[in-house]
Parts: sequence; C-alpha cells; structure tokens
Amino acid sequence: MDPLILSRIQFAANISFHILFPTITIALGWVLLFFKLRFNATGAEKWMDAYRFWVKVFALSFALGVVSGITMSFQFGTNWPGFMEAVGNVAGPLLAYEILTAFFLEAAFLGIMLFGFRRVPGWLHTTATALVAFGTTLSAFWILVLNSWMHTPAGYELRDGVVHATDWFAIVFNPSMPYRLAHMLLASGLTVSFLIAGFSAMRWLWGDRSDEVRATLRFGATLGAILIPIQIYAGDMHGLNTLEHQPAKVAAMEGNWETQGNVPLVLFAIPDQEARENRMEIAIPSVASLILTHSFDGEVPGLNDFVAEDGTIEHPPVAPVFYAFRVMVGLGFAMLALSWSSVWLMRRGRGVEGLPRPWIYAFVGMAFSGWIATLAGWYVTEIGRQPWLVTGVLTTREAVGSVTGGMVASTLAAYLLVYAGLMTAYLGTLTYLARKAARHDPLTPDVPKPDAGIRVLQPGE
Amino acid sequence: MDLFGDPAVWLPFVFAGLMGTAILVYVILDGFDLGVGLLFPFATPTERDRMVASIGPFWDANETWLVLAIGILLVAFPVAHGVILTALYLPVAVMLVGLILRGVAFEFRVKAPTRHRGAWNKAFFGGSLASTLSQGFMLGMYITGLQFTWANIAFATLTAVFLTVGFSFIGAVWLIGKTEGALQAKAILWARRGIWGLIAGIVAISAASPLVSARIWGKWFSWPEIVWLAPLPILSAVLVLTLWRVLHRLPLDGDRLAWAPFWMASALFVMAFGGLAYSFYPYVVPEQMTIYESAAAPESLIIILVGTMVVLPIIIAYSILAYTVFRGKATELTYY
Ligand code: HDD
Ligand code: HEM
Ligand code: HEM
Repeated sequence: MDPLILSRIQFAANISFHILFPTITIALGWVLLFFKLRFNATGAEKWMDAYRFWVKVFALSFALGVVSGITMSFQFGTNWPGFMEAVGNVAGPLLAYEILTAFFLEAAFLGIMLFGFRRVPGWLHTTATALVAFGTTLSAFWILVLNSWMHTPAGYELRDGVVHATDWFAIVFNPSMPYRLAHMLLASGLTVSFLIAGFSAMRWLWGDRSDEVRATLRFGATLGAILIPIQIYAGDMHGLNTLEHQPAKVAAMEGNWETQGNVPLVLFAIPDQEARENRMEIAIPSVASLILTHSFDGEVPGLNDFVAEDGTIEHPPVAPVFYAFRVMVGLGFAMLALSWSSVWLMRRGRGVEGLPRPWIYAFVGMAFSGWIATLAGWYVTEIGRQPWLVTGVLTTREAVGSVTGGMVASTLAAYLLVYAGLMTAYLGTLTYLARKAARHDPLTPDVPKPDAGIRVLQPGE
Repeated sequence: MDLFGDPAVWLPFVFAGLMGTAILVYVILDGFDLGVGLLFPFATPTERDRMVASIGPFWDANETWLVLAIGILLVAFPVAHGVILTALYLPVAVMLVGLILRGVAFEFRVKAPTRHRGAWNKAFFGGSLASTLSQGFMLGMYITGLQFTWANIAFATLTAVFLTVGFSFIGAVWLIGKTEGALQAKAILWARRGIWGLIAGIVAISAASPLVSARIWGKWFSWPEIVWLAPLPILSAVLVLTLWRVLHRLPLDGDRLAWAPFWMASALFVMAFGGLAYSFYPYVVPEQMTIYESAAAPESLIIILVGTMVVLPIIIAYSILAYTVFRGKATELTYY
C-alpha cells in the first residue's frame, strides 16, 4: 500500500490516541488543585476523598499521555522527515521550548505530587500539584502554537523552499492561535467535567450515597454548565476566524458547494464529492449565511471555488469534515441540554436526589462525550487543512519519508494492537476503581505484605 | 552575534555538545531504571514492589531526557534527524512499544485488579527488555554507519546484548544504594555477575569503532593524540578494578560505600561515551553528514540556545529537589 496513506493513518492513530490523555490531564490537574484547596479551606473529608480517587485517574492518564507522547516526538522523524527539513526552523524552537519549559516541569513535580504527600510539607505538595497542572497547560500552549502556525502560518519567509523565521511574535501569536488554544482548553475542561459527572453517576447507580459522590456529581455538572456556553461561543469565533484564513475548510464544514448569499444551514446531508452536491439534505434556509456573516444574504464561499481549471481538487475531502463537525456540534448542544437541565433540577433544593433517573443514566452515557467531541473537532481541523500540511507552504505528500509501505504497515499494526490493549486496560481499570470506591473498599487492590514497596493511603487515613 | 566568531561554526558544536549531554544523562538515568526492570524476573514479589518504589518517582523525568535528546537532534540537525530515524525505523518502533508497555505498567500494576498483577509485571519486564535491546541494537547500527549488512547486524545484535547487561548492572548498583537487607545483598550478587557484561561491552565497542572506520583509527592511533588519549582507557581500567574490589567487599558496616558502585558505574558510562563522542566528531550521521552540514539556521538555533541557558539550570534545580525529596532508602511509597 502507499506509504503516504499508511503514514497518514499511522500519524492519525498515534495522535488520536495521545490526545485523549492530555485532554484529561490538562484540566484534571487544575480540578485536583481545586479539590485540594477546598479541603485545605473547609477540612471537609469529602474533598480529600475526591482528591484521592481522581488523582489515581490522573496518574493513570498521565502515564498513558507520557508514553504515547514519546511516540509522537519520534513520529516527525520516522514518518515525516520532509516536515522538519522544510519548516524545522519554526517548528524546532517551538518543540524545544515545550520540552524545556513544560515536560521537565511536569515530570519533576509529578513524583512529588503522587508520592510526596507524606514526605513534604503540605504547602509544597499543593505547589507541586499546581506546577504539574501549570506544566500540562504550558505544554498545550506550545504544541497548539505550532499546530496553529501550521494552519495559519505567519512571521516567516521562504528561502530556497525552506522556511526561515522572521518574527517570533507573529509566529507565536499567529492568527488562529488564540482561538484554537481557548477552544482546546475549554474542550479539556468539558471532557473532565463530564468524565467526573459520569463516573460519579455510575457510582450513584451502584448505590454509593457518600458525600464525595454527591459533591463530585454536582461539581462535574456545574463545571460543565459553566464551560459549555463559553465553548459554543468560542467555537463560533473560531469558525469565523477560519472563514477568514481557510475558507475551503469552512465550505467543507457547511457542505456548501457554490459561493452565494442566503446559504442554508445544513443539518444533515450526504455530501457527494463526485456529483458535487448534497443528497438527502435537511437544511434551514439562510441561517449559515447568518451565522458566518451575521446577515441573511451574506455571501459564503463554496467548494467549487477550490477546483483548478484542469479539474484538480484543491479543497479537503468533504464528507469526513462535514460529519465530524456535526458530531462535535451535536455533542456540544447535548452537553448544554444535560448540564443546564440538571443544574436547574439540583438547584430546586434537593441536590443530587432531585435528579430523575434518566438524568443519571444520561450522565453515565455522556461520560466520554468529551473525548468524542474532541476527536471530532481535531478531525475537522486537521482533515480540513488537507491537502496542505502547512497551509500554502508544504503539502502532506511532500513531507512523507522514504520508508517502504510494508514497514509502515507492520508498525501501524503493532501500534494499533498495543493501543487497543491499553484502551481496554484503561477503561477496565477506571471502572474497577470506581466499583471499589462505590463499595468503600480500600482504594487499592490489595497491598500484599506490610513491608511491600507501594501502598495507597486509605480514605480517612 | 559574532562575539565568538562565526555562529555557523560554533552553534552546531554547542548543540552537538548539548545533545551528547542529554543522551549521556538519559543513558545513565533511564539506564538504571530500565535496568531495575530487567532484574524483575530474578526478584520475589515483595522485592519487586520495593524495586519499583526505588524508581517510581524518577522514571518520568528520566525519560524526558530522551525526549530532549531526540528533540535537539530534531531541531538542531533536522536533516540528520530524518536520515537516522528513517534508517532505524523498525528498532525505533520496537523501542517505543517497549517504553509504552513499561511506562504504563508502573501504574497498572498497582491499580488494576490484583489478578492482573502478574501480567503487568511481565509487561514491565518485557517492555524494559524490548527497549534496552533495541537501544543497544541502534547503537551498534549507528557505530557501523547505519548500513544494514549481515556483519553489521550481527555486531548490533552483540551490542544489544551487552547494553542489556550493562543496564542491568547499573540497575543493580542503583539498588545497592537504594535498598537494604536481603534485597541489597541480592543486588550485590547481581552486580558482581553483571560487571562482566559491562566490561565486555565497553571493550567490544571500543575495539570495533576503529576497525570499522579508518578515520576513527587515525583519530586514536596517531602521534601525539595517543598520548593525551591514553588516560581514558587507563582510567577506565582502574575504575573497573576498583569497582570489582568494592563489589566483593560490600556490604560494609553502617552501609558505607553503598553508593560508590553507582557513581563508579556512572563514571564508566561517561568515559565510554566520551570515547564514542570523540570518535564520531564531527559526524552526526557516521561518515555521511557532519554537524556543520546538517545544522538548522543560526537564527533559530540562537533562540533555542537562549532558552536553554535560562531553563537548564532551573531544570537541574528541580531535578535535584526531586532526588532530595526521595533520597535515602526506598521505603513504602504512599501512592496517592
Ligand atoms: C493540547 C494538548 C496536546 C497536544 C495537541 C499534544 N500534546 Fe503531547 N502532551 C500534552 C499535551 C499535548 C500534555 C498534557 O502535556 C502531556 C500529556 C501527559 C503528559 O505527561 O503531558 C503530553 C505528553 C507528551 C510527551 C511526553 C512528555 C514527558 O515525557 O513528560 C511528549 C514527548 C509529547 N507529548 C509530544 C507531543 C507531540 C510531538 C505532539 C504533536 C504532534 C503532541 N504531543 C500533541
Ligand atoms: C491532538 C489532536 C490532533 C489530532 C486528533 C490530529 C489528527 C490528525 C489527523 C486525523 C490527521 C490526518 C489528516 C489527513 O491526512 O487526512 C492529521 C494530520 C497531521 N497533523 Fe494532526 N492532529 C492533532 C494535533 C496535531 C498537532 C498538535 C500537530 C503538530 C504540531 C499535528 C501535526 C499533523 C501532521 C504533521 C499531519 C500530517 C500527517 C497526516 O496527514 O496524517 N497534529 N492530524
Ligand atoms: C457547539 C458548538 C461548537 C462549535 C460551533 C465549534 C466550532 C469549532 C470549529 C469551527 C472548529 C474548527 C477549527 C478550525 O477551523 O480549525 C472546531 C475545532 C475543535 N473543536 Fe469545536 N466547536 C463546538 C463544540 C465543541 C465541543 C463541545 C468540543 C469538545 C468538548 C470541541 C472541541 C474541538 C476541538 C478539540 C477542536 C480542534 C482544535 C481546534 O482547532 O481548536 N468543540 N470547533
């Protein structure tokens, strides 16, 4: 098979696996800090219980994030040597700063955060927690700067086909960076809100009526309710920014073929790239124009503008972008409905007891909705950039390495196998931990002999 | 900018130095924690927990040095980065899968249901083994110039075995410092056996590099270089002998000299690495591409250098903090 296609699948598989875990750790670090501070302030045991449970999830997710991240940092060289040769002068310093400022910070203080509780003074433990949270956020900042620069490059010049940096301020604060960073950090917050609410709801169903579960279910639902409207607004701004810089991507998201006014908002359709039209379209007249231009008859660019004279297609594949966008936005509105209705139901005085059963089930069902929306969002962004790797500078095809298809295929198979195994183990272990916590068992699986090396503090200790 | 002369000359040199340092630090630090994993099959379940406790708080930061090394190769020598990593495509993939398995096993061993503990222990050992073997294999291929001939592959297989023994050795001497009682006694035995592999490995690599390349031969065996290079092998030999004697006298009362083997082993690694670095300078891809030919643009390197100079001392400071917090004998870790 074509090494290009295989390398693309491999990169997509690796980064999709990787991003799941940062999405959790970025926000969960801050949430843990919040739990810790609440405990420091109120002395209420429920916050410490919550900390103890979720720090385990954090440690597990962090380990998976680290190891899959190490894989990512080799991917550029093994599969995309052309990437660094062409844009290394910009990408290099950004990656270097990420390693120097963020990775070492996280790694050094993670040990203290996870194992240092009994060894360091309380303030240092709290500080370590804060620094780890800060480190994950900082690393998201650097990598998103690089990724945004790939979408909307700025501050550079081309000499003999190689990018040279001319203005670092323009590179870091490239046009799409603020939007992407905000949108991603919010996505992380939402993922964690619904994860926490979902697992607390699961424990509730298993009969756990502890203060901890009440507190975390409430916390998850409330945080979700606060973040989701901001996310929807941020997403809208992000789309307007994309319209300005990558109109072909927006045309694909909207499934709009002709440049025209009064463009309808397509709720559902089957985009047919061969026939260059939508089949089975369900649409609301003129609303896409309204959203994107703030006027009903505003003109929105269409996909047909991005076909060269000789028929070469210069826009991204339409269907995956179109569907992924609908998955993300659909989940966004589902989150809005669920979190707002439950906060309203809980506010009427009875707390978690005020939530009807279907709401509890809905939270369980939405536990991983953040992951799905995040992946869908990334697919919109990344597939929407094709055929470019760095918009207007480098195509994906130019960057691929000379490794044979067979080699890529064999390593791809190996990665997929490992990832499938790890995902099963991860989900299995989370459920296992939740089940144990619901039964108020000590939170670790047996710690064999008294002198064994690792022990987990038990609630109340 | 031109304070030190032409930046196109000294910048690549500085970055080669930084990359070398990162690789060396990685080899020593992750060397000992991979080594502890390699010793897993020889330990009892309780000892295994203690062994993991001795590296638990450190392994993540240790592995970050690999990310830094590969990052510097990527950012400072982008062309060489592509050449080396595409040539070593398969062993890199094996190493990564190994690192993945052992990295997650740290967490899963204690969090997953107890009946899975055995499987995660196996993953921990298997992952450590796979990463070490593939690192040794890559080292061998690199020394022989990244050419996949049968002779080179045979040599690389040999270095793979030697590196595995070498890492188990440094893992064992780490445990001598970090543990006490029966486990420490066991670690001393492991180290006494493992030292052979270390010696064989250093000798094999030192002998092979000059044989593979006439240029390296010339760098070592010519007048007057041979005179001022002589201390390197002599010092290494002295160190090996001392290490040998110390290992046979341990454990001493009051735990005296418990850390000495670890420091001496690290010194040996440093010297072996220094010899290699001397042999290969100025090449980054052996016999094909020098650091000067493959360096990135000076203006980008300067940006990174400034950052490195500011951040590296801070990194060192909090690494020291982490090692101080978890100093002393590995005791129960309150996982929490
Ligand atoms: C928006 C966030 C985000 C994105 C898009 C990426 N990462 Fe990541 N990465 C993180 C956020 C993050 C993190 C939150 O900082 C992690 C997760 C767990 C951790 O230890 O740090 C991390 C870990 C992590 C590590 C391990 C660090 C360590 O040793 O501690 C490496 C080497 C990378 N990543 C590299 C990459 C590369 C090369 C990416 C893109 C191609 C990438 N990451 C995408
Ligand atoms: C973290 C979430 C991300 C996800 C889920 C993701 C997903 C994807 C997907 C699905 C593709 C394939 C598009 C196609 O070929 O049709 C792709 C391409 C690519 N992305 Fe991302 N991406 C993410 C972040 C990043 C970041 C942060 C970078 C770099 C800094 C990056 C660099 C690339 C490169 C180099 C390609 C080209 C290779 C390819 O086409 O597969 N991505 N990404
Ligand atoms: C419901 C309203 C939402 C709107 C209007 C919206 C809009 C957008 C748009 C336009 C993009 C593409 C950016 C580009 O052009 O590159 C995008 C990407 C993305 N979306 Fe959303 N989004 C919404 C909800 C969500 C939710 C709920 C999540 C996750 C919890 C999410 C996560 C992401 C992610 C991770 C990306 C890729 C990274 C980026 O480019 O920022 N979005 N979103």
